[in-house]
Amino acid sequence: MRRTWLLVAGAAVVIVAAALLARGGGESATIEDRAQAISAGLRCPVCQNLSVADSPSRLAGEMRAEVEGQLRAGRTDDEVRAFFVARYGEWVLLEPRSLLPFVIPVAAVALGVGAWMLFVRRRPRAERTEVSDAERRRIDVDLRSLEEGA
Amino acid sequence: MAAFVGTVSLAIAFALALYGGAVAIVGVRRRNPSMLESARTTAYSVLALVLIANAAMLVALLTNDFSVRYVASNSSVATPTFFKILALWSADEGSLLLWNLVLGGYLAAVAFRFRARRPETFGWALAAMYGVVAFYLLLVLGPTTPFATLASVPADGNGPLPLLQNHPLMAAHPPFLYLGFIGFTVPFAFAIAGLITGRVSDDWIRITRRWTLAAWTFLAVGLTLGALWSYGVLGWGGYWAWDPVENVALLPWLTATAFLHSVMVQERRGMLKVWNLALVVGTFSLTVLGTFLTRGSILSSVHTFAQSIVGPMYLAFLTLVLVGGFGLIAWRRDALRAESTLDTPLSRESVFLGNNVLLLAVTFTVLVGTIYPLIVEALTGEKVSVGGPFFNRNTLPVALLLLFLMGIGPLLPWRAASLSAVARRLQVPAWAAAAVAVAFALAGAGTAAIVVFGLAAFVGTATIAEMLRGVRAQRRAHATSWGVATRAAVTRNRRLYGGLVAHLGVLVALVGVSWAALGDASGELTLRVGDRARVEGYELRLDDLNVREEAHRRVIVARITAFDAESGEEVARLQPSLNLYPGSSEPIGTPSIRVGTPWNGMRDLYASLVSVDAEGPAASIRFFVNPGIGLLWVGGFVIAFGGIVAAWPSRSPPKRGSLPAEVEETREEVRV
Amino acid sequence: MSGVDPAERDEEESGSRRSRGRVIVLTMVPVIAFAILLASGLGRDPRELPSELISDRAPAFALPELGGQGDISGPTEGQVFVVNFWASWCLECHAEHDALVAAWERYRERGVVFVGVVFEDGEGTALQYASEKEGDWPLVMDPGSRTAIAYGVFGVPETFVIAPDGTIAAKTIGEVTYSWLTEEIDRALRTEVSA
Repeated sequence: MRRTWLLVAGAAVVIVAAALLARGGGESATIEDRAQAISAGLRCPVCQNLSVADSPSRLAGEMRAEVEGQLRAGRTDDEVRAFFVARYGEWVLLEPRSLLPFVIPVAAVALGVGAWMLFVRRRPRAERTEVSDAERRRIDVDLRSLEEGA
Repeated sequence: MAAFVGTVSLAIAFALALYGGAVAIVGVRRRNPSMLESARTTAYSVLALVLIANAAMLVALLTNDFSVRYVASNSSVATPTFFKILALWSADEGSLLLWNLVLGGYLAAVAFRFRARRPETFGWALAAMYGVVAFYLLLVLGPTTPFATLASVPADGNGPLPLLQNHPLMAAHPPFLYLGFIGFTVPFAFAIAGLITGRVSDDWIRITRRWTLAAWTFLAVGLTLGALWSYGVLGWGGYWAWDPVENVALLPWLTATAFLHSVMVQERRGMLKVWNLALVVGTFSLTVLGTFLTRGSILSSVHTFAQSIVGPMYLAFLTLVLVGGFGLIAWRRDALRAESTLDTPLSRESVFLGNNVLLLAVTFTVLVGTIYPLIVEALTGEKVSVGGPFFNRNTLPVALLLLFLMGIGPLLPWRAASLSAVARRLQVPAWAAAAVAVAFALAGAGTAAIVVFGLAAFVGTATIAEMLRGVRAQRRAHATSWGVATRAAVTRNRRLYGGLVAHLGVLVALVGVSWAALGDASGELTLRVGDRARVEGYELRLDDLNVREEAHRRVIVARITAFDAESGEEVARLQPSLNLYPGSSEPIGTPSIRVGTPWNGMRDLYASLVSVDAEGPAASIRFFVNPGIGLLWVGGFVIAFGGIVAAWPSRSPPKRGSLPAEVEETREEVRV
Repeated sequence: MSGVDPAERDEEESGSRRSRGRVIVLTMVPVIAFAILLASGLGRDPRELPSELISDRAPAFALPELGGQGDISGPTEGQVFVVNFWASWCLECHAEHDALVAAWERYRERGVVFVGVVFEDGEGTALQYASEKEGDWPLVMDPGSRTAIAYGVFGVPETFVIAPDGTIAAKTIGEVTYSWLTEEIDRALRTEVSA
């Protein structure tokens, strides 16, 4: 049994090691990568819900060019985003700046799990159907005495 | 004429629905079986009438009856017949007609299913269904009636929205979605009936299990088709935009998936009774929320049909469902106490609980993200967006955890696992995962790829091992061939095997999604005819541009040949096109895809035409390399297949004296 | 179980009934709150978006004249500019053209400059459109839509009124009316007087 667990643990270690020793991303991002990332976070003004990176519309293509142009001119990622927010509003950011839309579901789930655990604790524990060894011995003794005719 | 027939049949259907619901309730309370029977058979009439209304609209479309406003707005003389038929459900009012048809169909199916023997709760369940039917009939008769007529009949209609007549997939996507959404009405109705009558035992689950599975399966197909349509038709290179309407279609499927798992916990351990009722009410409420957000003009989206009066009606109905459903559950709380608790975290129940927690976490995340802009605007007047990046970032880790649970769940027995048994079963999958992880690491893959594909190997091996266990047990027990043993194993435990097949489907789909996400590449280029340019490991040559006039549109096609950049050999011929419809300013692009197969590295080559310059002639093209996308479609349909396996009716009851599958498997284990 | 005092039992029952009532009320609160939240979303146009750039500095532009040789630039300090984004395929642009002509005729003597910027259109179709329309204010192409993006344009038509100090005084999305134009241009001209 222990050997089995050791084998399983060994497998887990191998996986983690492989993952950690993997070719890490850490290379400095190119202008194209940065442009792609920024465009993926901007909302296309003429489409429904698509990002500037994804949208096939002409304006999105021009916005992509604008993003890349500004990056080449030396602007930082935040400056480029601010440029668009100043003109189109917060609406143009696909990921809201506020943490609320992330916090609310986490809180809801935590609340739910917490409430459940509270209720589970309050319920009387179900009768254990497992029989312990000591009980087992006692039953044997009782049964034997019964059989011997008490 | 068509409008008259349509409106009248819908009106009668509405009256009959009210009658049916009322008579069902009275029949139950007065214990009058003939009233109940009358209520039951009324269902057939309702279906027939709604069918007539749909037929009337179909006739109006096919005969170019432009006196009907819906026909004038959504069809035209030039529209091809196939798309005229499609126009029935391609816009709001018409799709509501289809919705009512499917709903009527389910109503009649329930009436038919329980024509001979029926549970005690049947009367109230019928009444609940009639209530839902009545609401949707009211909608289709009232503000959003498709049969509104025009005082002055135009000579020709506007034709369907260009996007909706571009591709035949439009045909299948909504019907499957509707079959899914509306199917959840049945378990909801029986759950409500159980709560009202106080019969909250497991009956309602048992009665409606196949209906829930069927609805879940249909919805899985509908969602897969939707993603396929988005990818193959819309031309932006992706398959899921986290569009609000996409999101609300996904939510009931997530809660239904949670339900399918937690129901098993209730059946075996008598736990989670309140939870399961809440899940059913929640799933049905999410389908109503879905229609509300889609049609109530609250959120702007590709799908939104804007109708301003309809919103309050949907909201009222949704509130009624939520208040009624959860109110009833709270009212009957005492009868719903759990019969046992979790013995240990190392059991199938606890994995299922984890599954539920995670699925609900994703549901909440997507729900909150979808309506967050609404909340913010209501409170502050500001407009914000929540889109792809948010959803992807917050659901990905949960999806991986779910994947993991999916792997170990079937490995753990119910109640409690002996550690040694678990360890034994974990060995092979764990080492399979390790092998894949190492292989990927050696091949130079990144951490994300290693984790995801290692996990996938784990889950795949574990799942297949589980499937084989039962088959092997059959072989040993009855000394039969693999084929017979498989059939026997599956027949004895359809739910398990259906579930395992569905798990494989999820796995395949997730592998496809991850592969595409990690390995995709794209580029934009402008080419003159005859030019070649290099993009992402391929060379593209624009061969020619030509314009084709069709009856209902003008099509500009760019013919492109793709070559492998290294070897120079021709890899694909692509013809992306731009379609210009009269009365529309922007052309609709149709992408051209070279489908990835195992023989070409599972790589989809995808080209879409962005714009054309007549004075070139030149074309602007977006080119994508999407590896693994095909697995997403395969996976989706495998999931649905799993649902079919699980729901398939057993041909005969299990033979006397034969042991249930699990006992045989355990016996097999002990022997080993 | 020896006899339970009936009064005690009643108290217990009504206690459990009270707690049941409390649970029901507790369940209803989030439900009703959710419904109210959704209700607040009704009656709002999801397509309506606020004007971000009001009272911000108007982006300067120098764009090639449509069908011409030189560049047209703006805005100029001390003058009121009306910048109208349009396209030949835009139905509302057709509809609003008369209002623009009327306003242009009214204010041309007073030094108000009208500029029409072509949005997402070909030069050929734009020229065709312009030749069919009245009015003679400068029309320019916008290569790469850089000016449109600088102005935060979502679509056409969009019209901006720029005050003499170079800030954006007003913006409208959609078909512009003569009354809106006169009101906003008058207001912008008044700021000149006070400055």
